[in-house]
Amino acid sequence: MAEQTALLELVNVVKHFDISGTFLDQITFKAGRITRNRTIVRAVNGISFSIQRGETLSIVGESGCGKSTLARTVLGLYPPNSGRILYGAKRIDNLSSQAMLAYRSKMQMIFQDPYASLNPRMTVKRTLEEPVKYHNKGIGASAVEEKVSEVMRLVGVDPKWAERYPHEFSGGQRQRISIARALMVDPEFVVADEPVSALDVSIQAQILNLLMDAQEQRKLTYLFITHDLSVVRHISTRVAVMYLGMLCELAPAKEIFSTPRHPYTKALLSAVPKLGAKDPNYIRLNGEVPTPINLPPGCVFHGRCNYADKRCKTEIPITTKLSEPTRVACHRVEEGKL
Amino acid sequence: MGHLLEVNGLEVKFALRFGDLTAIDGISFTLDKKEKLGLVGESGAGKSVTGFAVINLISKPGFISGGSIRFEEHELNRLPEEKMRSIRGNRISMIFQDPMMTLNPVLTIGTQMIETVLAHRDASKSDARDIALEKLRKVYIPSPEKRLEQYPHELSGGMRQRIVIAIALLTNPALIIADEPTTALDVTIQAGIMELLSQLCETENMGMILITHDLAVVSQVTQRIAVMYAGRIIETGPSDYIVNCPRHPYTIGLINSLPGARKAGSRLTQIPGMMPNLTAIPPGCAFHPRCRLQEPVCKKSRPALEPVSAPEHFAACHQVDKTVDQDKLLNLLNEDNQ
Ligand SMILES: Nc1ncnc2c1ncn2[C@@H]1O[C@H](COP(=O)(O)OP(=O)(O)OP(=O)(O)O)[C@@H](O)[C@H]1O
Ligand SMILES: Nc1ncnc2c1ncn2[C@@H]1O[C@H](COP(=O)(O)OP(=O)(O)OP(=O)(O)O)[C@@H](O)[C@H]1O
Ligand code: SF4
Ligand SMILES: [Mg+2]
Ligand SMILES: [Mg+2]
Repeated sequence: MAEQTALLELVNVVKHFDISGTFLDQITFKAGRITRNRTIVRAVNGISFSIQRGETLSIVGESGCGKSTLARTVLGLYPPNSGRILYGAKRIDNLSSQAMLAYRSKMQMIFQDPYASLNPRMTVKRTLEEPVKYHNKGIGASAVEEKVSEVMRLVGVDPKWAERYPHEFSGGQRQRISIARALMVDPEFVVADEPVSALDVSIQAQILNLLMDAQEQRKLTYLFITHDLSVVRHISTRVAVMYLGMLCELAPAKEIFSTPRHPYTKALLSAVPKLGAKDPNYIRLNGEVPTPINLPPGCVFHGRCNYADKRCKTEIPITTKLSEPTRVACHRVEEGKL
Repeated sequence: MGHLLEVNGLEVKFALRFGDLTAIDGISFTLDKKEKLGLVGESGAGKSVTGFAVINLISKPGFISGGSIRFEEHELNRLPEEKMRSIRGNRISMIFQDPMMTLNPVLTIGTQMIETVLAHRDASKSDARDIALEKLRKVYIPSPEKRLEQYPHELSGGMRQRIVIAIALLTNPALIIADEPTTALDVTIQAGIMELLSQLCETENMGMILITHDLAVVSQVTQRIAVMYAGRIIETGPSDYIVNCPRHPYTIGLINSLPGARKAGSRLTQIPGMMPNLTAIPPGCAFHPRCRLQEPVCKKSRPALEPVSAPEHFAACHQVDKTVDQDKLLNLLNEDNQ
């Protein structure tokens, strides 16, 4: 039922990168036979979930687990290899760039590094004007100007500074400007990829407050990506935990922090540093994260899991619904043993 | 007996075209064997420069312009470079955020470790190899013999940082300076590295200065914390006190701006503004333009570190008497943010 009103829905989204190089790079001679080897990075491997209007869904997981790839695929920056992406119940993963244009202004992205994502040779004013003019052909100059100062005030940058260049601002101010740029076209849906990871905590608090305020005032829906679990706990409605391109667990934020179910979620949360906790007892995992080039068979987590048994090594666990909103992909949880 | 390390009134300047900039402005601290001291603060506070100054590795245009650094009965900033180099290599080791600052990408781990041993002591090549293996085991590197043959790029980030720690141990140092050693690593790996460093201080009888911007991390690892702001230590004391009853308004603000400090979803307590640039450090208390408690005296005279309620707990603030009642103070801070 709730799924019907979802703003965004992902069904079995797969995104792989072929990094084999040219045809000649792929050919090898072995035992008198020519073989062709392809190297595929399996970044996102069949992810399904939906995002409700007005919520903040956070994606967490360790470096390389596919968070940014998933975000870019959702926004249509990468075409998925398979699966479907629906926005307001309409498929958007197979649209022409012309047809996609209508969605581009509804969906905006904020990046981790405000320095790299702002054009150093453009004043703040031009940076902010550009998307409005692009998406509203024929808009009057005074309307644009008004919009620029309105949004600058909203993000807490004095409109008097509109003629300045990015290098004249601090990191926190630059991130405010990239948030402003995303808000210029009145989006409904904002993907924020590590928007506060490069900032100091006192500045991070300012930016998180700004993002929460903007959400409230403009009824925004967020897909929030970060590896910082204390940030996630603070701002999320629901949390999705990824490991090697798969979804391990998806649950309301409160639940995931109070009763994590998947063995990986448990280990991840136990390792988060806590202010003033002496002798932190974290769950030690075996081995290291395998590369997404050679995905382990069965459950992708089985080699590191403290509870893996035979079934885990061969059969891929599917995400099962536990108590309604919580979904977990683990055989042992499904069997009621964890 | 004296301390392992005693830094007194340390001052570091950068000679720039338009005059000297003071990066470190008279900081003092001590460290004993087996003791761990956390140096925390936001970007640009002077943490790394302090670390480099202790090993007399400030590079031009920087220079140590005052103060003394006593280490194992040596006055480090008066030693001839040759003597200093031998102390730096043998008695003090430094670990950086990026393991590749230490590792050479074109040499195997074995070659690098063996060469380091041979450079520091008289040993046969096979003895050196044994020492390398012993240290690799100390940092829990699986199959150490195999690692000796590998190149840095064949190892994961966490594994590389363990190798760097093993290299740091090769000369049996008495002091380790670790500058953001886990900032680039995932939390599950960070937890392991922090546990390892802590444990090594005990077993190897070393002192450690842990430099990081992450208060939660230091609070779990170190006995004492020194908080830096604009090149000065503004509060220092036992970690428990710093975390649970901070007295400097900046430390209080910092701890309360952490997303874990307040109810999920509520506005975070933010410190207005940002840390000043070295070229524009405000007179008096450097924090005064951002401080809710400032009085005229704060702009005029620089507060010294003075003892506060708990033993060994010091804060540099003219208004420190007003920070006893933290609830009242927090209400004030949050009023500002509405
Ligand atoms: N354009 C690309 N071409 C080839 N491989 C890619 C590309 N983009 C990402 N990858 C690979 O896909 C995997 C997932 O990467 P992704 O950037 O999505 O991870 P992430 O979860 O965002 O990590 P991080 O936390 O480090 O940002 C990684 O192994 C990465 O090397
Ligand atoms: N070579 C240099 N020339 C001029 N100024 C410098 C130089 N190196 C450092 N500084 C300045 O010294 C101050 C302290 O820098 P430092 O690197 O110690 O900060 P930090 O606390 O380690 O910050 P971060 O958390 O970003 O690593 C900064 O203002 C920095 O700009
Ligand atoms: S499915 Fe098996 S291996 Fe995977 S997390 Fe659950 S118990 Fe561990
Ligand atoms: Mg990413
Ligand atoms: Mg530094």
